[in-house]
Amino acid sequence: MNARSELPLVADDDTVQTRADAAASGRFIGQSLPRTGARKLLQGRGSYLDDIRVPRLAHVVFVRSPHAHARIVSLQLEEARACPGVIAVVDGPALAAWCTPWVGVLGHLKGIKSAEQHAIAIERACSQGEAVAAIVADTRRQAEDALDHVTVEWDVLPAVTDMQASLDGSVVIHPQLGDNVCFHRELVTEGFEAAFAGADLVVEKTYDFARHTGVTNEPRGILADYNPAEHTLTVYQGTQAPHMMQDIFSRHLGIPESNVRVICKDVGGSFGIKVHVYPDEMATAALSVMLRRPVKFVADRMESFLTDIHAREHTATVRLACTKAGDIIGFDLVDLTGIGPYSVYPRTSGIEGNQVVNLTGGPYRHAHYRARLDVVFTNKNVTCQYRAVGHPIAMALTEGIVDEAARALNMDPAQFRRRNMIADDAYPYTFPSGVKFEKLSHHQCLDKLLAAMDYEGLRAEQQALRARGVYRGIGLAAMIEVTNPSPAFYGVGGARISAQDGATLRLDPAGMVTVLVSVTEQGQGTEAVFAQVAATAVGVGMDRVRVITGDTAVTPYGGGTWASRGAGIGGEAVLQAGRALKANILEVAAAMLSLDADLLDVRDNQVVDAMSGVVRMSLAELGRVAYFRPDTLPMGFQSELTVTRHYTPREYGFTFTNGIQASLVEVDVQTGFVKLLKHWCVEDCGTILNPMLVDEQIRGGIVQGIGAALFEECLYDEAGQLLNGSMAEYLVPMAAEMPDIVVAHVETPTRSSELGAKGAGEAGTAGAPAAVMNAINDALAPLGVNLSAQPFTPQRILRALGAVAA
Amino acid sequence: MSEARMTTHVLVNGQAIEREVPVRQHLVDFLREDLGLTGSHLGCEHGVCGACQVMIDGQVQRGCLTLAVQVDGRRVDTIEGLSDSGELAQLQQAFLAHNAFQCGYCSSGMLLTALHIVRHHRQADRETIRDLLSGNYCRCTGYQAIVDAIESVLRAGSQPASASVLAALGTKGA
Repeated sequence: MNARSELPLVADDDTVQTRADAAASGRFIGQSLPRTGARKLLQGRGSYLDDIRVPRLAHVVFVRSPHAHARIVSLQLEEARACPGVIAVVDGPALAAWCTPWVGVLGHLKGIKSAEQHAIAIERACSQGEAVAAIVADTRRQAEDALDHVTVEWDVLPAVTDMQASLDGSVVIHPQLGDNVCFHRELVTEGFEAAFAGADLVVEKTYDFARHTGVTNEPRGILADYNPAEHTLTVYQGTQAPHMMQDIFSRHLGIPESNVRVICKDVGGSFGIKVHVYPDEMATAALSVMLRRPVKFVADRMESFLTDIHAREHTATVRLACTKAGDIIGFDLVDLTGIGPYSVYPRTSGIEGNQVVNLTGGPYRHAHYRARLDVVFTNKNVTCQYRAVGHPIAMALTEGIVDEAARALNMDPAQFRRRNMIADDAYPYTFPSGVKFEKLSHHQCLDKLLAAMDYEGLRAEQQALRARGVYRGIGLAAMIEVTNPSPAFYGVGGARISAQDGATLRLDPAGMVTVLVSVTEQGQGTEAVFAQVAATAVGVGMDRVRVITGDTAVTPYGGGTWASRGAGIGGEAVLQAGRALKANILEVAAAMLSLDADLLDVRDNQVVDAMSGVVRMSLAELGRVAYFRPDTLPMGFQSELTVTRHYTPREYGFTFTNGIQASLVEVDVQTGFVKLLKHWCVEDCGTILNPMLVDEQIRGGIVQGIGAALFEECLYDEAGQLLNGSMAEYLVPMAAEMPDIVVAHVETPTRSSELGAKGAGEAGTAGAPAAVMNAINDALAPLGVNLSAQPFTPQRILRALGAVAA
Repeated sequence: MSEARMTTHVLVNGQAIEREVPVRQHLVDFLREDLGLTGSHLGCEHGVCGACQVMIDGQVQRGCLTLAVQVDGRRVDTIEGLSDSGELAQLQQAFLAHNAFQCGYCSSGMLLTALHIVRHHRQADRETIRDLLSGNYCRCTGYQAIVDAIESVLRAGSQPASASVLAALGTKGA
């Protein structure tokens, strides 16, 4: 490579476009700029977990249960211990001395219960894939070779795989808990029964949702490096919540929190998969302490399918009552969800069902609501929070039954929605479920969507095509989304998960701004939008900002990336820190120039006269003086060119967003295949920091939701065996099947922060399955066919059409 | 047990390499573990996701389905080499400009498929681009930005990496 003898003080890393924009306005918030600091990912020069090399690194693999439920009669490890390269072979009881167990419950989910869970199972495996021993070796190949030399004698126990059977409780998975119910919740509004009894129309339908999983392209991984000399643990981990993990390693491994450092470098996709405590990752950290050397675990794809959290296995019956004029009176929900043998630590597996209860009825005005939720244990893999937690279920239930009501009343589904959506001037608004909305824009979004898609034109085309035997369908799905959660989400329940985040901004001597933020980068462009906010707040160009995230030893303390909180919470912290840094910069300039700071400003990397814009000095000159020649400043003046600010949303439990999606599909009634012709989304995430990043993140979310609707399903047999645990068998959306997706926005900034940004990461996934489902059912309506079990595979469609036997 | 090994000669990113490798070792593991070329990623290890793709004698191949010994006497180009040579420069710029990546884990493989499209399917429309990309899994984007980026390069016509692009890459890269 053409190494250069002299590098410029300011690295020339930006594009011509960003430089031009900097000169033009100095305001980067809201601009579609290319991501800063992301070129490395396009040159194969990122640093993902498995790319990290440290000396004396050992590799761990796990002996996993082939059975869904089985008692360990004996575990013979001696032969494996003798295999080449093997350093240690450790079972559950041996590891338990190094890692304390946990129970995945939260105080505010009243009555939630779960069993104690160990990093490596002791006595019994409760799902296929649960680890019962660990093999540590010099290389991964050696460790995997030794797996064949472990002999386990199993006593196979009855497996509970059906949710209803679990609820009935003839076999109780954890006898000490008394039954299989992890969490139960009921709520009913006053006068509910009478309101439903008096309704002109009540429609009812039962929906089934398949289990699916995140399938991050990069599998889970951890590299734990214990240093016995200092009693410190450095953990490299692909995680969304480094500080949460720091606390957990500290408490369960008995190392002071300040001695634990969690570093999260580049992450190959998370989607909620990488925000949980996994037994094999805890075991890896414990093994590092036990063996006093670095140990790495990276899941292979088969392990990912078996042990990455699953989500969304629900059977729910929903009823909607309305007047004959088409006014919704209320919703009635009964939801049953199966979560595997344990509630996942520390966020619990009760949250998803709880969200379904909170969110069903979503966008619509109604006075009455009744809900009953049962979250039950099963002998399948555990489920927990996965992108858009509970929303895809709640939106599909709501939007599905809304379409049923419209059909029963012979009303156009768009008209029915317009009639019932909460009015845009009705906020703040409190739902019968108790959820509060600050300000939403359902009607604006609906109008914009219908115009963008030419709804009337498509309806006319649909009619014309039906006459020729072509079955096209149009599906609408309005949505609401939980973003920017307050401490009410986890903290009040006793979880040590931060609801606040922090940003530290430092002006460096060369005039560069270094930004350290507790929110992590999972690829969504967090660091890029923080750079945009920081550059705007301080008054520098994008090329002057460097952002560092993902290191508990370096960044302020915070929650990380989940629940669509990064931009809204982390962004506000960056904005406030940026403003504070600018004020401090001006104090230094004022001291240098013997002027009042109010007369000065920072624009385009320079200190200028606020009124005239005349340049007084560069930030590099200011940095030079502040750091190297403070002797020239007035006696008693101390510059403060590093500032930290934090932000916690407090006013509302969640800062809700809203939006609406539409799907246009064509169903081939001969083959059962669904062709996605086009998809539209209008959504309102408040202040948009970078439209280009938001749009493609929403598209990615929509595609993930389409996967749920059409392809994805973790198939288990009655014995609890996963039948499709590879990418050859578990289908995910690929480029060829996906449509072009039109994304548009309405901007209603939240007034709870100065930045005004709400979350955007999960909206696509929340609404897409409902839109596709409604489109398919709209297409097949003339044939009297209606589907309610996701995913809508050709097999299910042909069965519904009567073309193949059920 | 002792592993069967075999001496393998291979030209990796233009550099002649001679190594004794286990006969069961996959090419992507050889590149990552033995040569430190970690730009090719392991996603599924069974040939579905495409994150491990490399060029073998100019053809895009799955590094996880190829044994290291199979490239004996052949030329292998990885994302690192194709970045340094400038062959990917135009596509990389387009991917950045269109935000055709998020986490970047698929990008190494995705860019190699894109290079194949740009070289061999110059008239490809959006549907054809989507078909040709269907062997590369991306969980982050909606694929649309990737299609947009490739389409923009096709529309811009054939522009071999110029000296200035190479120079720019030199200061920005490695």
